Amino acid sequence: MELKTGKLYMINGPVVKASNTSSFMMHEVVRVGKIGLIGEIISLEGDRATIQIYEETTGLRIGEPVQSSGKLLSVMLGPGMIGNVYDGIQRPLEVLRSRSGDFLKRGVEVLPIDFKHEWDVEISIKDGDTVKEGQIIATVDETSSFTHRIMIPPGISGIVKNVRTSGRYAVDTVIAEIDDGNDKYNLTMFQNWPVRTPRPYKERLAVDEPLITGQRVIDTFFPLNKGGAACIPGGFGTGKTILQHQFAKWSDADVIVYIGCGERGNEMTEVLEEFPELKDPRNGKPLMERTILIANTSNMPVSAREASIYTGVTIAEYFRDMGYHVAVMADSTSRWAEALREISGRLEEMPAEEGFPPYLSSRLADFYERAGKVAALGNENLGSVSIIGAVSPPGGDFSEPVTTHTKRFTRCFWALDKSLANARHYPAINWLTSYSENIGDVKEWYSKTVSKDFFKLRNEALALLNEDDRLQQIIKLVGEDVLPDDQKLTVRAASLIKVGFLQQNSYSKVDCFASLNKQYEMLKIMLVFYEKARELISLGVAISEILKGSILNTLMRMKEEVSNDNVEKITVIGKELDSFFMALKKKYSGKPHNM
Amino acid sequence: MPVKEYIGLSKIDGPLIFIEKVKNISYNEVVEITYKGSSRFGQVVMLSNDAAVIQVFQGTEGLSIDKTSIRFLGRPLEIKVSEDILGRTFNGIGMPIDEGSRIIRGEYRDINGEPINPASRMYPRNYIETGVSAIDLLMTVVRGQKLPIFSGNGLPHNRLAVQITRQARIKGEERGRFAIVFAAMGIKHDSARYILSSFEESGALKNVVTFLNLADDPTIERIATPRVALTAAEYLAFEKGMHVLVIMTDMTNYCEALRELSTARGEVPSRKGYPGYLYSDLASMYERAGMIKGKKGSITQLPILSMPNDDITHPIPDLTGYITEGQIVLDRDLYRKGVYPPINILLSLSRLMKDSIGEGYTRVDHPHVYSQLFAAYSRVHEVRALASIIGEEELIDLDKMYMKFGKAFEEEFITQEEDENRSMEETLDIAWKVLGHLPKEELTRISRDEIERFYEKRED
Ligand SMILES: Nc1ncnc2c1ncn2[C@@H]1O[C@H](COP(=O)(O)OP(=O)(O)OP(=O)(O)O)[C@@H](O)[C@H]1O
Ligand SMILES: [Mg+2]
Repeated sequence: MELKTGKLYMINGPVVKASNTSSFMMHEVVRVGKIGLIGEIISLEGDRATIQIYEETTGLRIGEPVQSSGKLLSVMLGPGMIGNVYDGIQRPLEVLRSRSGDFLKRGVEVLPIDFKHEWDVEISIKDGDTVKEGQIIATVDETSSFTHRIMIPPGISGIVKNVRTSGRYAVDTVIAEIDDGNDKYNLTMFQNWPVRTPRPYKERLAVDEPLITGQRVIDTFFPLNKGGAACIPGGFGTGKTILQHQFAKWSDADVIVYIGCGERGNEMTEVLEEFPELKDPRNGKPLMERTILIANTSNMPVSAREASIYTGVTIAEYFRDMGYHVAVMADSTSRWAEALREISGRLEEMPAEEGFPPYLSSRLADFYERAGKVAALGNENLGSVSIIGAVSPPGGDFSEPVTTHTKRFTRCFWALDKSLANARHYPAINWLTSYSENIGDVKEWYSKTVSKDFFKLRNEALALLNEDDRLQQIIKLVGEDVLPDDQKLTVRAASLIKVGFLQQNSYSKVDCFASLNKQYEMLKIMLVFYEKARELISLGVAISEILKGSILNTLMRMKEEVSNDNVEKITVIGKELDSFFMALKKKYSGKPHNM
Repeated sequence: MPVKEYIGLSKIDGPLIFIEKVKNISYNEVVEITYKGSSRFGQVVMLSNDAAVIQVFQGTEGLSIDKTSIRFLGRPLEIKVSEDILGRTFNGIGMPIDEGSRIIRGEYRDINGEPINPASRMYPRNYIETGVSAIDLLMTVVRGQKLPIFSGNGLPHNRLAVQITRQARIKGEERGRFAIVFAAMGIKHDSARYILSSFEESGALKNVVTFLNLADDPTIERIATPRVALTAAEYLAFEKGMHVLVIMTDMTNYCEALRELSTARGEVPSRKGYPGYLYSDLASMYERAGMIKGKKGSITQLPILSMPNDDITHPIPDLTGYITEGQIVLDRDLYRKGVYPPINILLSLSRLMKDSIGEGYTRVDHPHVYSQLFAAYSRVHEVRALASIIGEEELIDLDKMYMKFGKAFEEEFITQEEDENRSMEETLDIAWKVLGHLPKEELTRISRDEIERFYEKRED
């Protein structure tokens, strides 16, 4: 293909225009100016093109060249991605650092994966085999806990020839040739895929399994499916990022793609410093060995921020196609939407709500549609991509466009509440306004895996919290003192659930992650307490008698004092609880109702 | 490269001038604008074919279409940096305005800097003891952090900033090589004088670099001021290994200048007329705080902003809060009650403190006392609301205890003198004294051991 050169005629921040571009492609990557800034064509009209540039444009001049590349904006997919930290257009930041120092320089082109590294490749095809797109033909143990499955790229099939034997190869080594009768395709261990096009799969499947996160308020109350999408809206400092970090650490996905989209540099550093030290609770391996970071921080170019979420989700789909469960965290999608708005503004497009372009909603829909559980192409595997998007509404007001549209395309809504955060109730997920539409899909799974009465307990607890909310309205006006004892008990029991169950400190060694079993046993014993106490109160025992004992305090502290591998301890607490109530009952039984 | 000079403009509109038939101009290039012998500076903000749009830092007042001459300087806005800038005072775009000479030694640096590669950052972990109880215990400042003060007109943000600057120290470390970079945007002369004279009293002046754009200085120049200041700070921190504290005040004035410019450019406005890119614009400055692996120095930012109408949801504090690593919020009601520093505890936050407190850093009980104080004080607010309806006498005993705790917390813990420098130990001890108003069963966020060790019931 012949590479063409256009000519700059307008420069306005990250948006530039060039003429003489009639043979350029939409979404093609171009190099702009003498220093070769990386850009992408975002519209074409006649012989003129509009280009968004992924780097600072200071110093560009009218008349400078725009060089075509013949390629769409793509990611490079193959062994060597895990553990990396990329910018929004998949440039590895460690490599950029070694090339150009601690500050980001412009016009530097680097390969997303290391072609020099040789991997131990286990090849499972032989000459004469017929292969089809998506088929797994080799494996590489990329990290001690992650096996990379090499697939035939979509669109390729045929008969293989010249297959290499298993051995050590670099990713660009041709390990086989595929002949489809017309063309010969050189098969390597990497493939490219354009970020704005979803990768194909055989079939979309029903989602029926939860993504376990270790966060009680999520797993027990508002679970997310593997293959589902969730939205976390919240004003600044309400805990979106901490929650996303918790998911990245503890959720039971095989691969984590964490997209820092227009957020803080230090939050990325934190992951980079912390994850190699943290162990995956399931296999004891460092968490970094299943994690990929995309870091396009708030001070990095906005266009690359716009691209970053596509880069991330495309990488996720690639691992999905191997048959893995992938979880994508995007923090924050509002910054992505703002990038969209800024570029749209420079294009002088007609704005819709709050200056956002009219296509905001369809872009959001397209993005969240890329979540899902699928049967992969060409292999027997099931894989999923779950997406958890943080939203940062201006002024914490959820009626703004990004929150309202995101809500339409996600089935879990975890609303972070400023007043809970101010009171340091973390995670500040409001249990009254949050929801999960997945409950019906995962009921089976919970009853099989944890316990039959799991959702029964959950519903009881939610009902209790709802009742408490009603009582709180009254308390605000007249105080707790005037409530009858049974209502006082409801308030106390709800407070036990709020403090003892819903609150979960991410910085606690014991409590940052709670196994499903621990969650279940905790909730169960709390509800047993409520039930027994209610019974006594109906017998006329004063609530002060019930509160006097140390049992409530013990239940409150259970989350910190019972570790995941010692959940049996709750049985002991259960005995203590039984004998406490037994004693109380004895003391009062036989006595006439005197209250 | 030869400097290109043109005479005559095609249009003047607010802070912008338009010029046509120019050649080989580069985006963001600086221009010198001369009219009747006096000159001012501007910057190219848009280029199209042979026309350029230029924002003029000192405003366009008094320029004419035909006689104004424009020299394109072929470089972005730069300042010259070397250690000679220490102790000096510059205007808002980095030109010396004190008695001293021009900065002769040194290198030119683009005031926009370059983003720190996230992979090069080092996570900040050394806490700074400010001697202010509320801050040290509840929103511990960490070296390399960006922690703004959200204030309002007439609140004592300057006094607090001065107190922090004067008292800040890192435990067990020599004061070391430190510097203060002070950037004033649109503040009054007397505020600037107050801050500068406090530096002078503490003998720190030789380590201060000052950039002044005061209330009566040109508005558009303010757009450059924080960037110029941060460029100086980056040089001192990452080339000279100094620990630099950057005080930028008032960010609200900066944002207003940006809005003015954006409106003049006819851009689609976002909330309250501020440009849609205000977040990115602010981030490009706040993110210049931090530490870098293998480098000795650091940049800690203490930006000050006044919240219009004390409204924390106004775009300026809102977007700032979304970028910075926490915030210290001042409160008018507390101030009226006579509390200094009037810090609204519940709204304030330090996001970096978690790795810098507790055993081995401050004291083992710190994280739990922290959490308990927040929980208890937020309960106080509920109880107070109730008391205002049913009367304090009608409260249950426990709530009465919370009332007492709340009062003691504000009067004994938060309140302190402007020159009172409390150690972390003292601060924690006062916190326990205040918590003594509550029965120990209420202290569910503190471990049983720590209650055993530190708790003492208070009977007064
Ligand atoms: N689960 C938690 N456990 C303990 N502390 C928490 C938790 N969640 C949030 N916090 C506290 O709240 C602070 C702010 O949280 P976080 O940084 O996640 O907010 P955010 O919603 O991402 O804010 P922004 O929109 O500004 O990025 C944290 O630094 C931490 O102090
Ligand atoms: Mg965040």
